[in-house]
Amino acid sequence: MPIHTCHILSHERLSGDVYRLKFVSEPICRGAQPGQFVHIRADVQSDPLLPRPFSIHDIDREVMGVEILFQVVGSGTRILSSKRKGESIEVLGPLGRGFGVDHERRISVLVAGGIGLAPFPFLIKRLRESGHSVFVLAGWKTVEEIVGLERIESSGASVDVATEDGRRGSCGTVTKLLNTRLRAGDFGSESEIGLYACGPGAMLATVAHMARQYNVPCQVSLEERMACGVGACYGCAVLAADRENACPEYKLVCKDGPVFDMNEVCLK
Amino acid sequence: MSVDLSVKVSAIRLRNPVLVASGTFGYGEEYADHIDVRKLGGIVTKSISLHPRPGNPPPRIAETPCGMLNAIGLANVGVHRFIEEKLPFLRSLDVPIIVNIACSTVSEYAEVAAILSECDGLAGIEINISCPNVEREGMAFGSDPSTAHTVVAAVRQATHLPVIAKLTPNVTDIVTIAQSVVDAGADAISLINTLVGMSIDINSRRPKLANITGGLSGPAIRPVALALVWKIVRLGTVPVIGVGGITTTEDALEFFIAGATAIQIGTGNFVDPRTPLRIIEELKTFLEEEGLESISELIGSLTIEP
Ligand SMILES: Cc1cc2nc3c(=O)[nH]c(=O)nc-3n(C[C@H](O)[C@H](O)[C@H](O)COP(=O)(O)OP(=O)(O)OC[C@H]3O[C@@H](n4cnc5c(N)ncnc54)[C@H](O)[C@@H]3O)c2cc1C
Ligand SMILES: Cc1cc2nc3c(=O)[nH]c(=O)nc-3n(C[C@H](O)[C@H](O)[C@H](O)COP(=O)(O)O)c2cc1C
Ligand code: FES
Repeated sequence: MPIHTCHILSHERLSGDVYRLKFVSEPICRGAQPGQFVHIRADVQSDPLLPRPFSIHDIDREVMGVEILFQVVGSGTRILSSKRKGESIEVLGPLGRGFGVDHERRISVLVAGGIGLAPFPFLIKRLRESGHSVFVLAGWKTVEEIVGLERIESSGASVDVATEDGRRGSCGTVTKLLNTRLRAGDFGSESEIGLYACGPGAMLATVAHMARQYNVPCQVSLEERMACGVGACYGCAVLAADRENACPEYKLVCKDGPVFDMNEVCLK
Repeated sequence: MSVDLSVKVSAIRLRNPVLVASGTFGYGEEYADHIDVRKLGGIVTKSISLHPRPGNPPPRIAETPCGMLNAIGLANVGVHRFIEEKLPFLRSLDVPIIVNIACSTVSEYAEVAAILSECDGLAGIEINISCPNVEREGMAFGSDPSTAHTVVAAVRQATHLPVIAKLTPNVTDIVTIAQSVVDAGADAISLINTLVGMSIDINSRRPKLANITGGLSGPAIRPVALALVWKIVRLGTVPVIGVGGITTTEDALEFFIAGATAIQIGTGNFVDPRTPLRIIEELKTFLEEEGLESISELIGSLTIEP
């Protein structure tokens, strides 16, 4: 789909530095898969120059709306956060390879760290449509940072929260919570579980480690600096999983991912 | 009346003078879903080497004011897989295809050029002489007039295809390099490749690129590119292709007025994949409004006298 100008339907600040923005795009609404991303330019200025990648948070077929959930971390996201309802943005997408729905494993366990929750509402919809039972484990450092949870709670998934300050849900990291639940067999039979994870690199590595321990498949959504977003510049490389040969091999997050099977890439 | 955008870069005939730059447009197929690539004046491929190259460790890119740094490390599939897997699609487009080559020894350059000469449907070879020469302590081929001459002469010997030498701006005197590649038989010169740059994350105190330094591209380098293009045009030897920071039609017009026969869009594709096609359309409008019948009337029309 060519880059196109999209109208902003709504834009709300959900907490200190996290925003939810909804824009109209029929092609994205019709074509997108959960886990895919959009490449957005908030302004046609030269600085910041490049578009910024964001996961598709949710879609709303009734109004052909596409949503992103984003955190302000630098100039690109700051400018995006200043856009108002009625203004427009330039959007390229949907891009990349999203989550695959494993029909053999009908218990889906989604693990999110912080803003890594972003792609999950859309994924939950797809999983529920396919008749899966969906468990979401979401972790934040502090209770103040919790954001976007109501969307998950109303989606029909069962939700479990972990905070490192211990002021909501279980105390500790989300991976610790995952380990407890897997050990207790809370989700059901391991042979029916499929894991989906999005969050910081260290969290993904730990989730993948547990997935191997419990012998369940795991898909991870990765991030890397991007320029083109379409596989043309070779900028967003991540190391492929260890091979026998000495020569390193790379995968492109924008084209081969952003969602990978844990065995395809080197997580650290 | 429709204006004539066609140009000739030595023996290469282009329907319009707007090409896409090496390393910014993959092998053409990556952008095919996003723009009508058949309308481009030409496609310059990612640099191809004799053997596949994995490229550098990440992070490979960092944004800088009005530009970006990259240290991709010439990741590419190698000439054999290029011919098998990538060329058929490129050939099907009916757009002039220029294959950019980058190697680590002179004999590899010659070998890759010879292999490509056996293929049908190529418009030319662009030599990336900014790469490190492993036989000379990694010094870039293009940073010394005699090694630049050696590489271009070796490729010239190995192929009947038009040869474009792509110059690096990271040299003390680009004019002597240009002169030596012309003496070695280059049919045209393209410039500029990226400028060496660096950026540091002040919180972690680490370089933003794993490779520490990288190549600067984008609008930030445009005035440098324009000045160097003009310098080489004034030599009056071979046609010049202008590259560096072009994202708008006004940018492109500056290069044509300075004397570039064609231009390449690099980083501008990332900013907006429609950039080259928009420039092609707007060039027509500009020429019409100026009452010009062809782009050739504009090329080199810089007025210097008061
Ligand atoms: C496939 C993909 C999906 C993403 N989805 C979301 C999302 O749904 N919500 C969200 O808030 N963010 C998401 N991101 C991250 C988002 O793209 C970056 O936060 C954004 O580009 C930062 O731009 P900036 O100009 O504000 O910050 P910059 O000034 O460019 O950088 C500020 C800081 O953020 C870090 N950073 C910047 N870009 C990235 C990146 N691509 N990956 C990792 N770290 C980065 C930098 O190292 C720096 O420390 C996603 C990234 C990718 C690759
Ligand atoms: C990500 C990236 C990769 C590049 N790879 C190559 C390459 O493989 N070979 C080459 O000759 N030039 C390469 N270049 C240089 C461009 O072709 C061009 O000369 C330079 O970027 C300046 O133009 P621009 O400012 O329009 O991007 C690359 C540039 C970028 C940004
Ligand atoms: S961002 Fe260009 S290849 Fe992924």
